Amino acid sequence: MKDLSRRSFLRAAIGVTIVGATSSVISLFAPGKLKAASAATDMQPGGFPDGYDPFAHLFSYVIDLKKCIGCGSCVRACKKENDVPDEFYRTWVERYQKGRDRPVEIDSPDGGLYGFPSSTAGTEGVSKAYYVPKMCNHCAQTPCVQVCPFSATYLSPDGLVLVDGERCMGCGYCVQACPYASRFLNPRTKTADKCTWCYHRISRGLRPACVQACPTGTRMFGDVKDPYDPVRHIIDTERIGVLQPQMLTKPKCYYIGLDKEVR
Amino acid sequence: MHEVLGYVFPNDLHILWSLMIVLYPYVTGLVAGAFIVSSLYHVFEFESLKPIARFALIASLAFLLVATWPLLLHLGHPLRGINVMITPNFTSAMAGFGYFYGGYMIILLFEVWLVYRKDIVTYARRSRGLKQWIYKLLALGVYDISEEAQQIDRRAVKFLAAIGIPAAFLLHGYVGFLFGALKSNPWWSTPLMPIIFIFSAVVSGIAALIVMYQVAMKLKGLVIDRACIGTMVRWLWLFLIITASLEMLEIITLAYEKAEEWEIIRQLLTGPLALSYIGIQMIMGVLIPFILLMIIVLLDRNMGDKVANTLSFTAASLLLIQVFAMRWNVVIGGQMISKSLAGMRQAYRPELFGRESITTAIFIMIVPIVFIFVAEWLLPMFKFSEEQTRKLKETADYSKGYTE
Ligand code: SF4
Ligand code: SF4
Ligand code: SF4
Repeated sequence: MKDLSRRSFLRAAIGVTIVGATSSVISLFAPGKLKAASAATDMQPGGFPDGYDPFAHLFSYVIDLKKCIGCGSCVRACKKENDVPDEFYRTWVERYQKGRDRPVEIDSPDGGLYGFPSSTAGTEGVSKAYYVPKMCNHCAQTPCVQVCPFSATYLSPDGLVLVDGERCMGCGYCVQACPYASRFLNPRTKTADKCTWCYHRISRGLRPACVQACPTGTRMFGDVKDPYDPVRHIIDTERIGVLQPQMLTKPKCYYIGLDKEVR
Repeated sequence: MHEVLGYVFPNDLHILWSLMIVLYPYVTGLVAGAFIVSSLYHVFEFESLKPIARFALIASLAFLLVATWPLLLHLGHPLRGINVMITPNFTSAMAGFGYFYGGYMIILLFEVWLVYRKDIVTYARRSRGLKQWIYKLLALGVYDISEEAQQIDRRAVKFLAAIGIPAAFLLHGYVGFLFGALKSNPWWSTPLMPIIFIFSAVVSGIAALIVMYQVAMKLKGLVIDRACIGTMVRWLWLFLIITASLEMLEIITLAYEKAEEWEIIRQLLTGPLALSYIGIQMIMGVLIPFILLMIIVLLDRNMGDKVANTLSFTAASLLLIQVFAMRWNVVIGGQMISKSLAGMRQAYRPELFGRESITTAIFIMIVPIVFIFVAEWLLPMFKFSEEQTRKLKETADYSKGYTE
């Protein structure tokens, strides 16, 4: 018994080494795809869940700003699900308040974790107020992947931007490069950390924790490779916007009812 | 907890890149700058720089030795840094660093070896014991110091110094590009950034040589070569003018265009960076040295040696501070702006002790000095100055042109 398991372990180890070595050699010539695919398997201990084919999906996220009530359930769910360290957020909610005679006031106390206390500046003269949930946009042309010195951050075939915690050296270059401040250096692991759209859940056919927790249906998650997916329908037919479009990062988080003040 | 102004994204409260990342471009700049001075002698044949040419080369190597230390100290997982060499991602501005650094190191080591080869062989023959062993090791088995061999050496040095110039510019321009290529940060993302880094690197390198050369001469009791200082002062003045113009052009363009980011940059420069940018970088670091250098250049003939040396020493010291302030204002200042462009983080204060502290920074800056002392013990760099001093003493022409 012992012998057998050692043999299978050795075989697995050799296999991993060979795959690793070849892919790193090949990746010198074709950096994008292959590295992403091999790294994506690395990320899942024991490979992907049964029947999950990353090449068969392309995920997107839609946030309907007309529905958000700023309750912070999503932030709490995310903290719990992903064990996010204090003072950092994989997802957070911002509040915008504006009126004719007052400047736009933005706040996000504790990332909206405990909801929003009433505004310190008062609501006098506020004509418009709304909440904006945010997270990693899983950009298609993403500066964070571009700058990572050796692709510890990579774009997976199903459209997610992920960090390989085994490779990341914690230089923080990607944190500086993300224009949305979606990333942070995890003080525990000393590596880059950010929203993964709950990859461990979605690759098993579940929804991200924040989507599941949202009581109003503000947050919607879907697969645009699935012709009957409601999210795909919204992206195809509604008026949608993305954050900081001038950065040309091609986010895969789309907002319904996005206002011009939103940063 | 964190006192911030305006709205800052929740993940954006912390200054991520610390004092170490300020030190890294500073040290790299000294490497490039000192190398350029030695190349001015070896390639462009500025004879007046002869007294300092050897020293400049060693100084450059000394700083290059520690250039990666601050970076490695900053990394959460420094051992994984080797991946940059194994599986580099060439779209990353950071990925090239290992190669640039390694390539430059090879050029520099070769050049130092060739320049000192004759001395190494001579000492290997002359000395005894431990020293002899070291020299034998350094000689790498090549003992031919005939006139032809030296001729070849000199040609090789010239060639290495020549390819070293673009390499030095690349090494440092690339450090600027590291910041300049981040579109997420309006204070960094300008095409001028790499160019400003290059020119200010040369400024810091020449300034450091002026300071260290004068100190070395005092320590050894040799005369300070007025002509050598004079040439460096002229180059320093020129490079200072270029650097300062570029630095100001950058601000003026931003201010004039009044693009979205100007509002926050204006607040940054007049608020938290008022002292370090306007006070130290611009007034103390540019204006005053500019005037001092101008006085030395214009009144060269009417000025006593003591005055000239003191003035150049002061100007160079101020410029060393200026370049450091510039790195600080770029690296730390840039991180104070939140990516929301609607607020600023609290100022960063480096800690006194610890991995990325002031103590560590001081230690890193002392190591090259120690290296220089060891190098001087093994391979004296100022033989030329010694000869000069002796000649002066013999002819008793002490007061004219040189001073102690
Ligand atoms: S939002 Fe930021 S971290 Fe996420 S993919 Fe885009 S650039 Fe990268
Ligand atoms: S922190 Fe990690 S993921 Fe980010 S750029 Fe550095 S190595 Fe890559
Ligand atoms: S859970 Fe839904 S409604 Fe509540 S803050 Fe999050 S997105 Fe908004």
